[in-house]
Amino acid sequence: MLILECPYCGVKAEETELAAGGEAHLKRFGPGSDEDQFHDYLFMRENPKGVHFERWRHANGCGKWFHAARCTTTLEVFGTYSAQTYEPPQEIKDKVTAKRPGWSWREFSDGAK
Amino acid sequence: MKRYSAFAVAREALRYHTGWERAWRSPEPKRHYDVIIVGAGGHGLATAYYLGKNFGITNVAVIEKGWLGGGNTGRNTTIIRSNYLQDPSAAIYEKARSLYETMSQDLNYNVMFSPRGVMMLAQTEHEIRGYKRTAHANALQGVQTEWIEPARVKELVPIINLHGPRYPVLGALWQERAGTARHDAVAWGYARACSDMGMDIIQQCEVTGVRVENGRVAGVETSKGAIDCEKMGMLVAGNASHLADMAGFRLPMESVALQALVSEPIKPCMDVVVMANTVHGYMSQSDKGEMVIGGGTDAANNYTQRGSFHHIEETVRALVETFPMVSRLKMLRQWGGIVDVTGDRSPLISKTPVDNCFINCGWGTGGFKSIPGSGWAMAELMATGHSPLTEEFSMNRFKEGKFIDESVAAGVAH
Repeated sequence: MLILECPYCGVKAEETELAAGGEAHLKRFGPGSDEDQFHDYLFMRENPKGVHFERWRHANGCGKWFHAARCTTTLEVFGTYSAQTYEPPQEIKDKVTAKRPGWSWREFSDGAK
Repeated sequence: MKRYSAFAVAREALRYHTGWERAWRSPEPKRHYDVIIVGAGGHGLATAYYLGKNFGITNVAVIEKGWLGGGNTGRNTTIIRSNYLQDPSAAIYEKARSLYETMSQDLNYNVMFSPRGVMMLAQTEHEIRGYKRTAHANALQGVQTEWIEPARVKELVPIINLHGPRYPVLGALWQERAGTARHDAVAWGYARACSDMGMDIIQQCEVTGVRVENGRVAGVETSKGAIDCEKMGMLVAGNASHLADMAGFRLPMESVALQALVSEPIKPCMDVVVMANTVHGYMSQSDKGEMVIGGGTDAANNYTQRGSFHHIEETVRALVETFPMVSRLKMLRQWGGIVDVTGDRSPLISKTPVDNCFINCGWGTGGFKSIPGSGWAMAELMATGHSPLTEEFSMNRFKEGKFIDESVAAGVAH
């Protein structure tokens, strides 16, 4: 049973309280972007065997969106963090590194550009 | 290869069954093959078989990291049907269904194809309209299906409760020539036939790297050493993204867990397959008497072949309302498989950015039923560079906006 701690209300929520929201930290492309960017944004999902970052919603709780760092091969949860960020906070990255040295994910988007 | 027959059984009975031979060889890999197929599940073996049978290409290795048919081929609920809405899906699934009809004779291996009929229940007004539309589409596609009323549903499935409080049965889409087959036997039958044509099936040989030189695959690195090839086919279902990554391209794909469970064996009570897409549950009775039950996929990425308990609970809760007798059944086993799901819930059978590398994946929750059709089309694509059955399933369809949108009709129980 997947249990994630909601970073907003602090509740340790089990899976039936949560709604999965797919890949985290997507950079959105709209008008003005080229075809490849739009295609990748809509359809090319990260599908790693190992460390993954996802969006979740505390649907049957406080209702807020948040992020989780998880391992897709062991279902281990490294931590959860705020939705208001373009990449995981250093503290979460450190937790992941402690358990999975040398981990990598796609480049985190820079919200400013 | 000694052929299986009634005569062979009689002959062996007279000599204490000492004359049966191994169904396929277990060779060490050679240094070079014309074609390497990665993945010895149903799709990989079927592709190899039709490469040999239809195109005479027999210098083929089928490489498998685990054991033959040990992935989703051995984890599904064995349903075979072709009642799809979109033309490209109906074409390839109907091809597959028709090949299943003659597979036992073709392979000289009993795959126990049982065309017992598949029924997809309509339990909401929307589903009634949807399935009537599918029945009309199927009529145009040459797929034999029909819309049936609740009275006929009850006649075919006496154990069903038509007037459930939440999920009344309002009719069904009925495909009489659909059914089930023995999933392991499909893999074993193809493996035996491939081995007989001189192909090497190499188990417990994990691909650890793909050597790409000048935009072409030169070979693969494996746990049993390097193997060179002229062409490569990737048929690894849930691990497709991982393998594509080794070859240096990405896929529009996510891997999630799909679960199934079986009950204790009971006396025959239901001789058709019933699917209920509103409640994410489907059920049939195996030849051993077990009720085989499949559910919906999990929502989050997963490579562990384990799913969430609450999905099973949802499935069983819904089935209990539609089939009250299920509440008295003890469940024996539950398991999960990793299915690869694309943005439009339809597969990829496609060339890739790497010249001589072909991919067949993304069957999501509907892989078993398509095995022979998928292998037939993939072999044609690999041998000739073109197949009418695979044209619409290209990777480029997402860029071109030409989706094969079955997810509307069958996002689950697909």
